Parts: sequence; structure tokens; C-alpha cells
Amino acid sequence: MVMADSRVVVIKNLSKRFDTLSVLENISLEVTRGENLIVFGRSGQGKSVLLKCIIGLMAPDSGEIFINGQNIGKLKISELNQVRKNIGFLFQSSALYDSMTVNENLSFPLKRHFPDMAQKEIDDKVKYTLELVSLEEAINKMPAELSGGMKKRIGLARSIITDPELMLYDEPTTGLDPITTKEISELILSLQKKLNMTSIVVTHDLICAEIIADRAIFLKDSKIAYEGDIKQLTESNDSFLKNFFSHEILANQNESKKV
Amino acid sequence: MKLTRLKQGKRLTTREYIYNFFATISGLTIFNIEFFKQVFVPPYEISEIKKHMDELGVKTFGIVSVTGFIIGLVLAMQSQPVLARFGASDFLPGMVALSVVRELGPVITALIFAGRVSSGIGAELGSMRVTEQIDAMEVSAVNPFKYLVVTRIIATTMILPILTIYVIIIALLGGYLAVIIVESMNFEYYRTAVVSSIEFGDFIPGVAKTFVFGYIVGLVGSYKGFTAEGGTEGVGKASTTSVVVSSLLILIFDMILVKISLWLWPTLG
Repeated sequence: MVMADSRVVVIKNLSKRFDTLSVLENISLEVTRGENLIVFGRSGQGKSVLLKCIIGLMAPDSGEIFINGQNIGKLKISELNQVRKNIGFLFQSSALYDSMTVNENLSFPLKRHFPDMAQKEIDDKVKYTLELVSLEEAINKMPAELSGGMKKRIGLARSIITDPELMLYDEPTTGLDPITTKEISELILSLQKKLNMTSIVVTHDLICAEIIADRAIFLKDSKIAYEGDIKQLTESNDSFLKNFFSHEILANQNESKKV
Repeated sequence: MKLTRLKQGKRLTTREYIYNFFATISGLTIFNIEFFKQVFVPPYEISEIKKHMDELGVKTFGIVSVTGFIIGLVLAMQSQPVLARFGASDFLPGMVALSVVRELGPVITALIFAGRVSSGIGAELGSMRVTEQIDAMEVSAVNPFKYLVVTRIIATTMILPILTIYVIIIALLGGYLAVIIVESMNFEYYRTAVVSSIEFGDFIPGVAKTFVFGYIVGLVGSYKGFTAEGGTEGVGKASTTSVVVSSLLILIFDMILVKISLWLWPTLG
């Protein structure tokens, strides 16, 4: 089934459970080209699982996921890797390879996805991508020598180095102070505009969401409970949403005071 | 590759211990099958294998040197009074050589290697698992099992026999030091006595079984690390259980392999 339309991601009736715990139940979702979708939800509501299902790191129990019209559940591993070439994934923990330098971390996906790429081309691409995240000086550092914010930037650089069409962000600002959160969020937005990417951002950080979001969904009890633009959600009269966002605002204010 | 989940918790019941035991056995078997399914399929990741051989060999070199030397020295010192009591002191070099070549060299080296390397692999892969580095690798079109597990198992299988031969030589030198302390024996006599007491049939089964031991060390460490879960606590558990399980398996397989070698080379008995 090939869909020649503007929908980059189409999810149909996706369900996933771990033993007896159901984390996603009949999720259906579409993300169009160039759109930034925010996925809100409390911890343990299956937000990260949703991202891992989209990129094929986890297999759903039922349902289908289409990326640019390709049903990823029916692809062979070599075909799935071709699809993954066009997807960037920023992990919650940045997931930088501890035993490699920043340079090697960034070269790794290029060497694997494009085995015929010349070393000079790889070096130039690494340099250019580090410039995009303003961390050229970190090229020979080990991940252990980087701060939390720097790790996020390098993780971001590694995930965009293959020029992906779709970016998946798993809590890109967790553990960062509000100023760094704002910087990272603005960086994500500027890269998205510069590289014309589609993004799905899992977060419960309101600062990040307000900067990036075109549209937002809220996962609750394994289902999409709310959907709309960020203003609709944050200004909603629904008691659950009010409670959730007031706690987020309070948490952000407390963090700001500390800074 | 579907693996049975281990039961986690502060205090496990006897039933859960038994469950975990069989889950580990079945997990190792599945890992074993997966290894043989992938080892002959390209890409072969030769540079990674070389890197691991270099790292694992160099890391263990110091500790096996000291251990090997002391084992040879103590064995000779302990055996000399007993042999002297029966007027058989001349057999001391031969006895040290046979013990070290057939059993002590291979098994002690394997146990030290398990303690040093299996725990290291378990901790390294475990921390890669819990910090999502293995997922990141998969996203980069890399088969993590091949890149991380197969390469390490090949490296440990190849490096342990080399280390064992080295330890045997060092242990024999340690034995010589003991001999010159307690007996007046020149090096040439010691060397001739050692060489004449060892036959080809003694040497081959002793070293050959270290290929199996090396494989066990790589397999168990990789399995425990690759399947680690539960944050830093999971990494610690992966590291510790890697040593326990691989040491136990080394001793069990030693027993089996000794029986097989006696069956293949009846003159060893």
C-alpha cells in the first residue's frame, strides 16, 4: 500500500501491552509533512513506547504503522533500515556511545547508512552538523566530558546527521534547567525549519512544547484522550488537564527560581 | 530472538530461583543458536574483533602473569616434600609440568579470565542496554547482536588459548624458581625433564578446551549484559552473575571435556 500524500506517519489501531499491563490501546494518528506534533502524557503512559514502535525498535501487538506509505511491520530488516535512514531519533538519555569520541559518534550512522561515503565527505558532514548545534570545539571529546545540555546537543547532531525527513524526540529537555530547555527547544525548532523536517516530540515540558508545537495530543489510560493545538490544551477547562499543566507550570517556576 | 524474562525483586522465592535458573539456561541456548546463525553472515566486523582481542588480551595479561607464576611456584613447593618422602624428587619437574599443562594452566587462566572479562562485558553491554545505546545502534542500521555480541564471543574464544599457553610457560618458570629454592637443580636439567615428561597428547586437550572456556566467557558475559534491565542495579547484577555463571559453566564443562579427552586419548589416563 503506497500513499502518495502529505502524511508522513499514519498509525492505525496500534496496541501494545507488557505482560498484563496495557500501555497503548487502539491508537490512531496521522502526522503531516512539516508538522511538529507534541505527545503529552504522565510518566508510564506509553509515550516512549509509541516512538519505539514507530521506528521499529518495538513490535506492536496489533495495528499498523505506515511511514511514507510503507507498512513498517511488514518490512524485512534491510528494508526497515532503508526507512530508518530517513528517521532521526533523539533518545531520552542522548544514548551517546561511551567508548567513542564525539567525532566517532557522529560518523557512526553515516558510515553504517552510507557505506560508500568517502571519509572526506564524512568529516565535512560531521563538522557542518557540529556547527549547526554550536559545538564544533567538542569534536574530540568523550561523552563523559560533556555536560547534560551538551550531550543533548550532540545527540541531536547525531540524529540529524543523515538529513532525516522525520525526527522523533524522546523527552529532549528532561533533566535540563529552564534556560537550557529553552535553548534546546529553540534549536530543535530552527533545525526543523532549516532542514524542513517533520517531528514527533514526546515531552511533559511545557516550555519545550510551547516553543515547538503545531499540534498536541495527550495520552491517558493508554488512549489519546485529548487533541488540539497547545493553547486549547493548556487553557482547557478539563479538570485533569488543568491539574496536569498547573503542576508543570509550578515545576518550571521552581526550576527557574533555582537557576 | 525471544528471551524469557528473569524474575526481579529483593527476595526471590525458591520457585523464582528455579524459574530464573531455567530462564538463564534457555536464554543462553537461544543466544548460542543466534550466534551460530549470525557468525557466518557478513558483515564480519573484523576491526571490532581485532579491537576486542587487543583490549581483552592486554587487560588480562598482567593478572594472569602473576597468577601463573605463583601457581607454578606454589605447586612445586608444596609437592617437593611429598615426593622427597618417597625418594621421587627427580619427578618434580615432570609432575609440575603435567599438572600445569593438563589442568591447572587452562582452568586457572579461564577462571581468572571469567572474573576479569566476563564481568567487564556484562557491565559494558548492560550499561549500553540501560542507557539506550544498543537501541541507538539499531536505529543506525547496525545489527547490535552481530556488532556487540558476536565480535566479543569470537574475541574471547580466540584470545583465551593464547593466554593459556602463555600462563603455562610462566607457571613452568615459577616452578623452576621453587625447584632451585628447595632443590639444587640446574635449568637445563629442569627444562629437559619438563619437555620429556609432556607429550603432544597432554598439550592438545589442555589447550583445546580453552576454546570452549573462552566461548563460555564471551557468551555468558554478552548474554547477561545484552539482556540487562532495571537501571544501574541491573548493570551490577549483569556483571556479578556473568562471573558466577561463567565460572560455574567452566568447571562443569571442564569435567565433561576431561572425560571426553580421556576417551579420545586413552594414554592420558
